[in-house]
Amino acid sequence: MDNIIIIAVVALGGLGLIAAIVLYFIASKFKVFEDPKIDEVEESLPSANCGGCGFPGCRAFAEATVKEAKENKSLEGLNCPVGGNDVMQEIGRILGLEVEQQAPLIAVIRCNGSKANSPAKINYEGATSCAFAHALYAGEGGCQYGCLGLGDCVDACDFDAIHMNPETGLPVVNDKCTACGACVEACPRDIIELRKKGPKDRRIFVSCVNMEKGGPAKKNCSVACIGCGKCEKVCNFDAITITSFLAYIDFQKCTLCRKCVEVCPTSAIWEVNFKPRKPKPPKAETPKPKEASVIETIAEAAPAIKADKENKEGPNEIKE
Amino acid sequence: MKLKNNTNMMGTVKTFALGGVHPEENKLSFNAPIEVLPLPKQAIIPIGQNLGVPSKPIVNRGDQVKVGQLIAEAGGFISANIHSPVSGKVLKIDNVIDSSGYKRPGIVINVVGDKWDESIDRSEEIKEDIELDSQEIIEKIKEKGLVGMGGAAFPTYVKLTPPPGKVADYLLINGVECEPYLTSDHRLMLEKGKEILIGAKILMKALSVDKAIIGIENNKPDAINHISELVKGFEGIKVQALKVQYPQGGEKQLIKAALNREVPSGKLPIEVGCVVQNVGTAYAVYEAVQKNKPLIERVVTVTGKGVKKPSNLLVRIGTPLQDLIDAVEGLPETTGKIINGGPMMGKALASLEIPIVKGSSGVLLMENEESKRKPENPCIRCSKCTYVCPMGLEPFLLVQASKLAMYDMAEKEMVMDCIECGSCQYTCPSSIPLLDYLRLGKTMVGANIRNRNKK
Repeated sequence: MDNIIIIAVVALGGLGLIAAIVLYFIASKFKVFEDPKIDEVEESLPSANCGGCGFPGCRAFAEATVKEAKENKSLEGLNCPVGGNDVMQEIGRILGLEVEQQAPLIAVIRCNGSKANSPAKINYEGATSCAFAHALYAGEGGCQYGCLGLGDCVDACDFDAIHMNPETGLPVVNDKCTACGACVEACPRDIIELRKKGPKDRRIFVSCVNMEKGGPAKKNCSVACIGCGKCEKVCNFDAITITSFLAYIDFQKCTLCRKCVEVCPTSAIWEVNFKPRKPKPPKAETPKPKEASVIETIAEAAPAIKADKENKEGPNEIKE
Repeated sequence: MKLKNNTNMMGTVKTFALGGVHPEENKLSFNAPIEVLPLPKQAIIPIGQNLGVPSKPIVNRGDQVKVGQLIAEAGGFISANIHSPVSGKVLKIDNVIDSSGYKRPGIVINVVGDKWDESIDRSEEIKEDIELDSQEIIEKIKEKGLVGMGGAAFPTYVKLTPPPGKVADYLLINGVECEPYLTSDHRLMLEKGKEILIGAKILMKALSVDKAIIGIENNKPDAINHISELVKGFEGIKVQALKVQYPQGGEKQLIKAALNREVPSGKLPIEVGCVVQNVGTAYAVYEAVQKNKPLIERVVTVTGKGVKKPSNLLVRIGTPLQDLIDAVEGLPETTGKIINGGPMMGKALASLEIPIVKGSSGVLLMENEESKRKPENPCIRCSKCTYVCPMGLEPFLLVQASKLAMYDMAEKEMVMDCIECGSCQYTCPSSIPLLDYLRLGKTMVGANIRNRNKK
């Protein structure tokens, strides 16, 4: 009886030993060398696996950075938008490279066709999917460029950073936004853009993507860009260009001087998180009697204008 | 599956094998003779009227045009010429609102008088002798800008030129008109029966086939009797009565019903030796070949439960919707939706400025009560959608795949075979917008396939 146990133990033990030796040689022969720095870099990443960097997941990004650092000694073109500068500096430290500071970005909704500004002409009852509605029809307000308000961007966001405002019917981005770009991809009308977050979160942008001529654009939406070119003329920094009746502000050139906001006749240009303007000193001339009858003094008029602006604002305002 | 056969006075009544529904027929305007609608003040002609590539305008602003003059030529293989439906002056070539509410390029003509091109034979006389040969007929059909009149607006000449190696042995003339409410094909068969049969003969000659079947649902007994009477003078053409079942007017369903042949998945009817043409197309073929008249007008049913005078109108292409509604004594106050086409497959329209195009078969003014969608409830797995699907698909599964953006799965489950008949949505007890998501799936999968083929 004892014999059987001993034989079994020896036989199985021997078998295991042979297998272990074979496996050891195979493992050493076919060993895949992996840079330990990849693990290190991966650990410093946020592990959101959002794909915002353009790679399928954080591991792939870590592999890419290590490879790039080895081959080109720089990390140009590689950026983790979720981690931001801190993470990129950390990666630079691990890989022994200098990493340039990059301005943080944020998703911006370039449409202000709220229920008030672009009243619904049609009642849509179909599937709640922007991609479907875009293929089907122009939109409730009639603007074929504007926001459909069915929330494909909200579904696409992994960071709980974008929500629909039921009052305006437009999405609102909050400061959880990591600029991963998922919503930009999801929007069938290319309304969302990643723009520079700006100092103290201050931004100026054209809140419209309508490429129609002024008349037809205004017909559907009271705050549409009509391509009048006033902002282009007033800008001292060549930051504004107008293509097919639509102004675009280059955020790399814009100095946030706010001149364009003042001249825009349709309030299509938006300033975000600026302090309210000081009321202008009253002009030397006496105000026209018609204006005087409506509003008593300029000083009182200023808050009224501000209040009006606040009402029109909304989609892009970060509530602090 | 076995073919469901019924026998009655009209001989064997056939139908297709799989699925189908039977919505309320509501053929309100079947007794209204075709009336000619007065000319519009302004004709708006979108250049993207047919399936495929939009046409290219060849007129300029300020040009004088005659009725029947070529104003836009085909922009590619699957494309069609467009002829001026009115005489007058070209006001502008600009973006005009089309049936989707999107602004797309179109030609706007201010109507002055009614001056026709001299080459068009406008006499009432019926010309029976077919003088042209097969190739000349196809050329003529291409030149006159004919497209399928059933709704899809597929260029007719493309269907008549089968790909190499494929031979047609049957021509099917589609007089099914399975959509509820619509009666334009029905009236056309009653009033222009002889012309349709000559048109069918022309199509048979073009395809070199000697057998043709006209499929008519048996809710139109007068049309079946009338055509059966006329058909005695035409060799090789047969009338087939069909049991009322939606969507029998679909090409594949009609082929299955009339000939018991099944078109393979992803293939065209020519694969089983069939070419299907609508009765409206057959009539247009007669006019183009025998009378040299391009496709510039069509019969449109304007109907609805609240409409005072449901009518069948002969309308010039480019006439704004408003003119048609005026002709039926105005828009009823109870209207909830205006639908381009029938209630099952039609699309709601966004504006009354939208013009009639080659593919508009009807305008339905739907009552407010009927037009409202019911709130969507969760799927209860009753499988009714699968049961009624005439293509043998599983709509609930495809919809789930589309909702979750699993387009590879939707493609594997054959979403591209969906004919968008809407039977699934009609029958769904949970009021899930199945067709919406199926269309989304089809759009996305179609785009994926096109991108893949490009590479």
